[in-house]
Amino acid sequence: MNGIDIAGPQVSVLAAAALVLLIDALIPQQRRLLPFVAIAGLIVSALWTTSWVGRSEYQTAFDGTLALDKYSVFFYYLFAGITATVILASIDWVNREGRGQGEYYALILTTCAGLMFLSAARDLITIYLALELSSIPQYILAGWGKDNRSSEAGIKYLLLGAIASALLLYGMALIYGVTGTTMLPEIADAIQANGETNRSVLVVAMTLLIAGFGFKMAVVPFQMWVPDVYQGAPTPVAAFLSVGSKAAAFAVITRIFFESLGADFLSNDWANIFAALAAISMTVGNVMAVVQTDIKRMLGYSSIAQAGNFMVGLAAIAVVGQEFTLGASAILLFLAAYAFTNLGAFVAVIAISQKIGSDQIKDYAGLWRRSPFLTLALAFCLVSLTGIPPTAGFWAKMYIFNAGVRADLVWLVVVGVLNSVISGYYYLSVARQMFVGDSAESAPIKTSPSIGLSLGVATMGVLVFGIIPTPLIEAARNAAETLATR
Amino acid sequence: MQLTVLVFLPAVAAVIVMLLPRRLEGQAKWVALAGSLAALALSIERFFAFDINASGFQFVERQDWVDFAGFNLQYHLGVDGLSMPLVILTTFLTVASVLVSFSITYRPRAYYACLLILATSVLGVFTALDFLLFFLFWELELFPMFLLIAVWGSGRKEYSATKFVLYTIAGSAFMIVGILLLAFNQDTFDIVKLGEANIQDTLVPVSLVFFLLFVGFAVKLPIVPLHTWLPDAHSDAPTAVSVMLAGVLLKMGGYGIIRISVTILPDVADDYSIWFAGIGAVSVLYGAFITLRQTDVKRLIAYSSVSHMGLVLLGISALGEVGLAGAVYQMLAHGVITGLLFVMVGLMYERTHTREIARLGGLARQMPLITTGLVFAGFASLGLPALAGFIAEITVFLGAFQRYEWAVIMSIFGVVLSAGYVLWMLERVVFGPVKHEWDGVTDQKYWWEHSAVAGLAVLVILLGVYPALMMDMIQPAIDTIMLRVGS
Repeated sequence: MNGIDIAGPQVSVLAAAALVLLIDALIPQQRRLLPFVAIAGLIVSALWTTSWVGRSEYQTAFDGTLALDKYSVFFYYLFAGITATVILASIDWVNREGRGQGEYYALILTTCAGLMFLSAARDLITIYLALELSSIPQYILAGWGKDNRSSEAGIKYLLLGAIASALLLYGMALIYGVTGTTMLPEIADAIQANGETNRSVLVVAMTLLIAGFGFKMAVVPFQMWVPDVYQGAPTPVAAFLSVGSKAAAFAVITRIFFESLGADFLSNDWANIFAALAAISMTVGNVMAVVQTDIKRMLGYSSIAQAGNFMVGLAAIAVVGQEFTLGASAILLFLAAYAFTNLGAFVAVIAISQKIGSDQIKDYAGLWRRSPFLTLALAFCLVSLTGIPPTAGFWAKMYIFNAGVRADLVWLVVVGVLNSVISGYYYLSVARQMFVGDSAESAPIKTSPSIGLSLGVATMGVLVFGIIPTPLIEAARNAAETLATR
Repeated sequence: MQLTVLVFLPAVAAVIVMLLPRRLEGQAKWVALAGSLAALALSIERFFAFDINASGFQFVERQDWVDFAGFNLQYHLGVDGLSMPLVILTTFLTVASVLVSFSITYRPRAYYACLLILATSVLGVFTALDFLLFFLFWELELFPMFLLIAVWGSGRKEYSATKFVLYTIAGSAFMIVGILLLAFNQDTFDIVKLGEANIQDTLVPVSLVFFLLFVGFAVKLPIVPLHTWLPDAHSDAPTAVSVMLAGVLLKMGGYGIIRISVTILPDVADDYSIWFAGIGAVSVLYGAFITLRQTDVKRLIAYSSVSHMGLVLLGISALGEVGLAGAVYQMLAHGVITGLLFVMVGLMYERTHTREIARLGGLARQMPLITTGLVFAGFASLGLPALAGFIAEITVFLGAFQRYEWAVIMSIFGVVLSAGYVLWMLERVVFGPVKHEWDGVTDQKYWWEHSAVAGLAVLVILLGVYPALMMDMIQPAIDTIMLRVGS
């Protein structure tokens, strides 16, 4: 019973998924309630998490494979929020698409449960299972649209995802071979005891782990799928991919580093890999984004570049070592700020493309006159992605660069800030189209209440945490410190 | 508390303007005028409340804001003799900018909101005593400025707006690394504490930190060769924005160099002062030469700004009392003079719809009042005694001559050239044969135009005949900085 209690947040999400399917099958005339049932499930999950915080009985369950600590609590809230926003933003699209409504919401919820398990898992097998639980529904969702492009996106995501899973499993197998256990803390002990003799095997295993998770994080060179899938997949799904699985992958890799593979003699290898990946991802993502004409592809490349920014935090942790929580809290802060910002941008794109029927940036010309609210919201999110105050994105970038400077990675921070300049160019060019260009159409764009709500929540998050970032910083710091004190 | 009110008054006015219902759109200008006048009144009140005999910062406000991993970001405001005159300059030019915008009819609510937020951001830069807060205000100006140029500008406005933003972001990208390096070394963002610390061994050589910060300021100032955004931004911006841009935004760069680069890292500044002198002199000369061959009135004034801001750097290079005071005075003088020049050219452009010098000519007949203003501003710009520019230039030259004679001699040629380009411009634009193409145009006639021009002109004269008004305030602040540089 205790185990169910600890897995409560995930269980309530999964129960909501089952309920959605049942309602869809048994009382189809009530279909319009489905998204609200799904959101209710997420709210129950968040309340359950809150009750854990209230009882502050942080502990492990299922023989230590699942941890309930401040770190996973942070991500439970984050994923519940992300999923609720995505569901709100999906309602219009799903109603228009018509088919498989119950399945759509059920798949989204299942993914959410998988992501939550990922952030809490402390065992390689559990990590792998949770990853698959979150990935398989996403493969289906990416191919959910009726057009060929969406099918292509689904297949591409599935095939490349399968390869990534295989690499990951191989890496896990090597670690098991060296240490004889799959539990993260025990792995740490084993490596401490006799890991140094097997250093080369461990480095290969680490590289494979990074490759496997790098696919989910969308860092270069594991990013090939990103632009095609973002462009082809239904936009709400693309929004979900861009924040959900990316955040989970960073959550896992940070935990693995802190709890098992962060031994001193390995730090250097981690640091080199992370710093190289960070620099390459930022540069490639930003340079490629400059030439895009499709806003979803642009956001895809921009998310690759942002993954590079997260990597700066990982590199900082690896340089300084496990006692360095600043890097970890920077990653968490950045993930949360990025979730608000990127969701806001995607929801605005959903609302706009529904009305103008195009994802081409040039068709965004003159949008200001047609919908000041959407335009300002999108522009504000783009400002936040660039990292200009007063937005949450500014604090996130400041914090992660601060971590980089403190870890003596000045060169990487310089690469990062130069990349911010490049990113400023393409984010601004979208803003410029919207504010300055002329459009043939002048009919105002109306947004549905659900999209308005999700967009409002996301942009308010960006603004409020842009002015009062302290609560978010505190939460991120507390979450990160639980990792270090273990 | 008053400083907070002063800084955020324009922003509050901006919010009110934005919230006006559409049918009251035409009233936006009155709200903006009221807000900017209130800020001006408050800043004048503070100016007289300022104790010129006390050293250090006054009206200090301090409040913890964001706990930033070991050291706090504070909401920390205060002014000293260096920033108080610049605050007055900002509030004054904001009123003038609002006045010359009265003819704007395209989306006035958004326009005035952007203009007022711009004012808040500049006031914030001049009063912030926390380096990160300084940076926040520094960046806050970007987006409103981008919109002001891109939406309400003319010509290649989108290109110019983007170029402006990219140059500034590039500069501030360097600056933020410098800020983090300094903060990491001293465990604080506090400008006052940083200004008292002896910073020697940062993670990277101190001179690199200095360079990172300097680039951010130099783009804003601007120095040659980082100046190319300026002519584009100026010539394509609407009149009021040119006034703000030349009048106060450029001063953020000069202020940053004195407040941050020289005060926090005096030793490095001393080592590199010869570069200041060289870059300053080159900016003065190069700016003046380029100005000579401009065919567009606004670009001409823009390039003359490059030349005049070079004098600021030249004044700083000597790192002496006289030179620094001259640099600050040059910033004030340039603010009001170039503000007036842009206002006059803007009024002219509104009526003739051309800025091409070749098409203009003989306008003294058709618009005598505007001609008077333009000639007055032009004479002030070339440094006529008894007007603001003269005092500033002479002080800068006196100060810099103590250390870098060659740079002063080079720069004096620039000043000679300035007489050339100003007089030649006046000859081609307002004198010469009357062109009947412009027979129908009206002269300056609205009260808001009169009051903006008169206000600026009075200030130009006041700064020219009674320099002690500002110098008495500037001097003690410079003395404090000199204690750092001298030791």
